[in-house]
Amino acid sequence: MQLHYLFRRLGQFLVVLWGAATLNFLLPRLAPGNPVRERLTNAMAQGGLLQEGIEDMVRAYNREFGLDQPLYVQYLSYLGHAFRLDFGYSIAQYPRRVAPMIWEALPWTIALLVSATLIAFALGTLLGALMAWPRAPRWIKWLAGPSIAVSSIPYFLLGLVLVYLLGVVFPIFPLSGGYDVGTMPGLTPRFILDALRHSLLPALSLVVVATGAWALHMRGMMVTTEGEDYTTYAEAKGLTDRRIFYHYALRNAILPQVTALALSLGHVVSGAVIVEKIFGYPGVGSLLFQAISGLDYFLIYGIVFMTVLSITFATIAIDLVYPLLDPRIAYRRT
Amino acid sequence: MASTQLAAPVQPVDEFVAARDRTRAGSVLAYCRRNPQLVAGLAIVGLLLGIGLVGPLFVDVREAQPTSVMIDQPPSQEYPLGSDDQGRNLLAAMVVGIPLTLRVGFVAGSFGLGIGVVLGLLAGYRGGWIDAIIRMVVDTLMTVPALLVLIMIAASIKGFISVWIMGLIIASLAWMNPTRIVRSQVLTLRERAYVQVARLSGMSDLEIIVRELLPNMLPYLAAAFVGAVSSAVLASIGLEVLGLGPQNDPTLGMTIYWANNFNAILRGMWWWWGPPILVVVLLFVGLFLTSAGLDEIANPRKRKQA
Repeated sequence: MQLHYLFRRLGQFLVVLWGAATLNFLLPRLAPGNPVRERLTNAMAQGGLLQEGIEDMVRAYNREFGLDQPLYVQYLSYLGHAFRLDFGYSIAQYPRRVAPMIWEALPWTIALLVSATLIAFALGTLLGALMAWPRAPRWIKWLAGPSIAVSSIPYFLLGLVLVYLLGVVFPIFPLSGGYDVGTMPGLTPRFILDALRHSLLPALSLVVVATGAWALHMRGMMVTTEGEDYTTYAEAKGLTDRRIFYHYALRNAILPQVTALALSLGHVVSGAVIVEKIFGYPGVGSLLFQAISGLDYFLIYGIVFMTVLSITFATIAIDLVYPLLDPRIAYRRT
Repeated sequence: MASTQLAAPVQPVDEFVAARDRTRAGSVLAYCRRNPQLVAGLAIVGLLLGIGLVGPLFVDVREAQPTSVMIDQPPSQEYPLGSDDQGRNLLAAMVVGIPLTLRVGFVAGSFGLGIGVVLGLLAGYRGGWIDAIIRMVVDTLMTVPALLVLIMIAASIKGFISVWIMGLIIASLAWMNPTRIVRSQVLTLRERAYVQVARLSGMSDLEIIVRELLPNMLPYLAAAFVGAVSSAVLASIGLEVLGLGPQNDPTLGMTIYWANNFNAILRGMWWWWGPPILVVVLLFVGLFLTSAGLDEIANPRKRKQA
């Protein structure tokens, strides 16, 4: 049964990738006036230093993707390239290939996202649990209102406000970038500290908003588990508050939170893309923005494909870890 | 089997049927007092709609276009929200922009809900392989980061984006949640006694759907609609802040984009980006409260969860 489920999820994974690659292939061909070709012609017409490079590139692109072949051959060759994570050349920075540009930006984004998501998830879950806990300090209950307000703000808008408050009005944090111009990227303590300092503001805007959302969700779940018979029984048995809180109420309420985490990843990443842009953080989001403004189609398609790939992968990973948290589930659901 | 069910008195088993009847019989006002979230939410959304309706009576909306007033003016008596780098009167831009942003949300929300109702009914009522396929597609698409796919589509047709096209693009990925909600409701309603009575008395499938199922799902449909509008507005503002919005319309997101593009934050021009952000936050809080309130109607026993 478990194996069956695993295969189903893997199938889903492949379908998503195939869909994303196909969309990548079809969009420029279906959109009015084939934007990719138009962009290439424009780049050629602009001439200058780039001209030779662009012509080279068009030739290389035609050769690699076989644009003189019938459509289905093009499609198959495109799929082949996509599954080897090869998305061709960047139009704006010709001799560079798209894949290494993405690999370069990826660690920044992953570091920012993973830490922000984990912090927000832990903080929000605990806060939400306490909000619903009758014996929690009073002030925690007052946080419910603000969390509703905060959780409905898009990450990037809070980011803008934070830049203004903590970067311009009270210049505590650097305004943008991932590290100071003077520091050399590398695994030195100085660089790491500097990178941390630069990532605090973008991380803060992600954490604050996401914490509010997790807290609200958790509060709803806690109210339910607190009303369950096993909690009443634990109270009647005279267990300590602490034990009831962690081992009975919170333990059972946390399960839907993990499901929600798997489902929310796409949303978090989408929001983070724009946050990065606002903070000029050197991750995938800024690269994407740069690609959009330069109409660097291959880079755009490459980034979207890579992001879809990583998110579907992470979602499946969370899903497969889930039985560890909830032994009742052996994936027998159809 | 059928006769026992026919004989059983038809009770308003559904909580929301009971709630609806109470509302009809009792006063709407009393209900409002019990559901302040809904009232507050609707009031906020209504207020924002009102700005779009009444605003043009007080402000010259032509000044929402570039080069119509002096540039970079801080708020003053003449221009209460100041002006931007390209000479838009920002108050006029807000008056024009709020309804535009709402329109994107409503267009995408309506199409999303429409598609969701059709697919959800098909999946839930017909079942079988249709259900299996629809469910698989929905489950698969739910894990895809919608905004990124939208970015890809919008970037490919960048020059052609208008408010309507934007709504349609967003609608293309706004139907999964409504589909799930409708499907799960149909699954529970399908087996209810009154639907079986209708079926036994010879009603056609279409009649059952239109006369029995849909009316009983109204609160859920309303909640699904509000949810779809809210995520559509979020997606539209995301696209716009990245510069993929309608270039010539001062929607809220485009105003934020221009402000960011012209470094309004570093230059301390808070009147440029502050009001649109405030309105967007208000709008989201309003939509959140509305959907929480609708959830109370649909599900009075359950507390709002997300």
